[in-house]
Amino acid sequence: MSENIHQQTEARSVNLTRDQFVIIGKNLEKMESISRPSLTFWQEAWRRIRGNKAAYVSLILLILYGLLAVFAPMFSRYGFDQQDAYAMSQSFSAEHWLGTDSLGRDLWVRVWMGARVSLTIGLLAAALNTIIGTVLGGFCGYYGGKFDMIVMRIIDVIYGIPSLIVCILVMVVLGSGVQSLIIAMVIVGWTGTCRFTRGEVYRLKEQEFVLAARVMGEPVFTIIMREIVPNIMGLLITNLTMAIPSAIFQEAFLSYIGLGISPPQASWGVLAKEGTRMLKVAPHMLYVPAFFICTTVLALNQLGNGLRDAFDPRLRGTE
Amino acid sequence: MAKYILKRVGISIVTIFVLVSVVFFLARLMPGGPFNDPKLSATARENLSAYYGFDKPMFEQYLTYLGNLIHGNFGFSTKYPSRTVNDLLAGAFPYSADLGIRALCFAISFGLVFGIISALNRGNKIDLIFVIIAVFGTSVPDFIMGALLQHFFAIKWGLFPIAQYKGFSYTILPSIGLGFYTMASVSRIMRASMLEVVQQDYIKTARSKGISRFRVTWKHQIRNAIMPVVTILGPTVAAVLTGTFVIESLFAIPGMGKYYVESVQNNDYSLILGMTAFYGTFLVFCNMIVDILYGVIDPRVRIGGK
Amino acid sequence: MDNNILEIKNLQFSFRTYGGVVKSVRDVSFNVRKGEILGIVGESGCGKSVTSQCILRLNPEPPGFFEGGSIKYRGEEIITKTDKEMRKIRGTEIGFIFQDPMTSLNPTMTVGKQIEEVFVGKGNMTRKQKKERALEILRLVGINEPERRYHQYPHELSGGMKQRVMIAIALVGNPSIIIADEPTTSLDVTIEAQILDLLMELRDKFQTSIILITHDLGVIAKMCDRVLVMYGGKIAEKGTVDEIFYETAHPYTAGLIKSIATLDTSKEQKLVPIDGTPPDLFAPPKGCPFAARCEFAMPICSEEQPEDHRLSEEHICACWLQHEYAPKVSVMKGMEVQK
Repeated sequence: MSENIHQQTEARSVNLTRDQFVIIGKNLEKMESISRPSLTFWQEAWRRIRGNKAAYVSLILLILYGLLAVFAPMFSRYGFDQQDAYAMSQSFSAEHWLGTDSLGRDLWVRVWMGARVSLTIGLLAAALNTIIGTVLGGFCGYYGGKFDMIVMRIIDVIYGIPSLIVCILVMVVLGSGVQSLIIAMVIVGWTGTCRFTRGEVYRLKEQEFVLAARVMGEPVFTIIMREIVPNIMGLLITNLTMAIPSAIFQEAFLSYIGLGISPPQASWGVLAKEGTRMLKVAPHMLYVPAFFICTTVLALNQLGNGLRDAFDPRLRGTE
Repeated sequence: MAKYILKRVGISIVTIFVLVSVVFFLARLMPGGPFNDPKLSATARENLSAYYGFDKPMFEQYLTYLGNLIHGNFGFSTKYPSRTVNDLLAGAFPYSADLGIRALCFAISFGLVFGIISALNRGNKIDLIFVIIAVFGTSVPDFIMGALLQHFFAIKWGLFPIAQYKGFSYTILPSIGLGFYTMASVSRIMRASMLEVVQQDYIKTARSKGISRFRVTWKHQIRNAIMPVVTILGPTVAAVLTGTFVIESLFAIPGMGKYYVESVQNNDYSLILGMTAFYGTFLVFCNMIVDILYGVIDPRVRIGGK
Repeated sequence: MDNNILEIKNLQFSFRTYGGVVKSVRDVSFNVRKGEILGIVGESGCGKSVTSQCILRLNPEPPGFFEGGSIKYRGEEIITKTDKEMRKIRGTEIGFIFQDPMTSLNPTMTVGKQIEEVFVGKGNMTRKQKKERALEILRLVGINEPERRYHQYPHELSGGMKQRVMIAIALVGNPSIIIADEPTTSLDVTIEAQILDLLMELRDKFQTSIILITHDLGVIAKMCDRVLVMYGGKIAEKGTVDEIFYETAHPYTAGLIKSIATLDTSKEQKLVPIDGTPPDLFAPPKGCPFAARCEFAMPICSEEQPEDHRLSEEHICACWLQHEYAPKVSVMKGMEVQK
């Protein structure tokens, strides 16, 4: 403020000359030049993900986990079901980086074998949910009418029943295993995406660019895939990211109550379950899978938040 | 309002009907009959089938089943013939209900308070602490949370009993373990919602009236911010209830969840299905109550009908 | 000058944001007299809403803060008051009508409660007295079936009705000043006329002063006694309505007037838009904020801030064209030089 006053008093004291009072008119270029360089949708989103530290670190962590899940078991001396009666329930050591379980199996290998299962289930279930939900929701929103009504009633019913109960039912009928887990999760999981896509399509189909495509005689499937889906892509990707943690949780839960993956096959849920049993003797057996479940879910949630912000057009251009 | 309630009740009844029907037909689709124990003789099997009515046509069985359900009879165990779902309900449900209610109370009250404190301190250290608790809480499955609590507070530090359910101090760890995830998500939602509401124009209107800061926060901000929390109460009840399955077996609490997990592990199909029908019905009922409650709280839902 | 009930001098108000400090109000001075309608006009983002909310300290502080100046209500300084002291002024001394009635009413509280709330913690009215007062005010602002409306929620009312409720809230405490921030922008034209008539009626009945913020010059011409024209967080020109419309001195005011259509505008006549956009208040220009968009801009304009030139008792214009060295031009007619 003092600076301001200073400036003003100075202005008064300076001698004004007549040549400062010649009309020169507008100078609009000066104003327009400030606008930002334009970026494409994806460039902008990527730029903002990079700017979001939590999301960026999460993304790197997840990629690291993915690579370890693929390669770590290949380069280990131990097999995931190889028991060793002389090295039971050992803690962390140079021999066994993450220790061993109650049967002397190497936890490092088991964790990454488990990661293969858990991450595959998470990714596949979430991806299938998104695909089925998007396609069905797209058609419901686009056509409306009876088909829409029937699908919506089905969703009402599925939504009314708690998802884990449905999963349990399906698992009881199909038996345990990766396949049945994914099927169970897809049966309950597609409803959310479907509702969401339907609402968006319903909103978008009235807009000019969709109308234009329709006038040009594009088939419905093309319109949905080319005109509408790209517009909701950001939100769909965010949804997908947020759906993976819940799939991982469900796998852990189902494995815990004995319906998911059955030993000796490993998944993070199975490992955690074994860990809770050995809590008094070998707490590291719980810590290890707990650490990986939590960090993965945490990273996915953070990444999801980051993506949501990055794709939010209202936040574009702000930092 | 009456129309709104009627609609909710209608949807709930349809949902329950579909659920129990699916459960029934799934039970009949199950690989192998309920009595495929090789030790049983053919006549014994027939006798059992006749005793339980499995020799009758499917549709008649279905009607009997529906009739039983209406009378509150949820079925029986085929492994332990003396054990019925209703027995379990009478013996074990009070434990589960007690645990569930405690966990819910913990989760909702602490979640709301944490979320409110967090939002009111937006950006400073207090906020950061509560945000970290919330982020951490939503990343840990409940059985891991329960096991960690058990390990530290009971085994290592001996502050609370390790297991069982025989008095107040026994209830603390399982309730927290069961409610933590929900607590964290309630706190997250409440925080976000508080921050959203504080930017609304009507908060400015309220301030322009010259009422106290406390009243603005309490009557205008919190009152409106609580709406989104009410919408997740339904799924929350479901989460807590399914959570009891693992928490009960972890803490050796003789509740429904423990029997449920046991029957899953014993392949006691008819017991699983009976209990599933019960749980499903119970949760649909809870959802209905929550929906109606939402209508009571939010006048827009009540009168708009939608 | 004894009938000034509000005096604002050199008000400066800014917001701290992630991007830096936004200087929303830069050196604004004006006063409000008893029973007058003062119009504040300007494009969005010119600082008119922030200025008006400063009077009741409704801008969030932080991030907002006063950089200087004073606001005196009946001789009392507003800027240094605590929140508790402000409460005695809000609602009962100065009422505020907000822009958007759709979002400015609490959706979970009945209309009656929201009106009565003005009395919470003030005086000792019984519940019955409060209700009677609320019903009286509902009737006054022209709401039919006040008894029924009293118990209804905002979403059950139409837009015009909601704005009447907003006015009722602003009015119920018998304030001496009402600040109306674009009270009709979100309403239909027919409803707009009704609401404006209502405000005029109230002024005539109770001698309430009204500060009317709008971007609509038509509304200004119809309603106001005096007008402030704001641009880039500063006052460009102020004066009586006649002075502003017929003796326009500031190129920005002229631009505003030329950009609106009236009944006399013939089809051949073109409406003249003001090119460009308002200045970025993150980094306000060194000289006159309007210089870049001004067809009369001179080198001095982008170098020094223009001084206030008094043209009459009421008429003040901040523009270098008023300087003795400047060429004499008519801002309404364009570039032809008058000799």
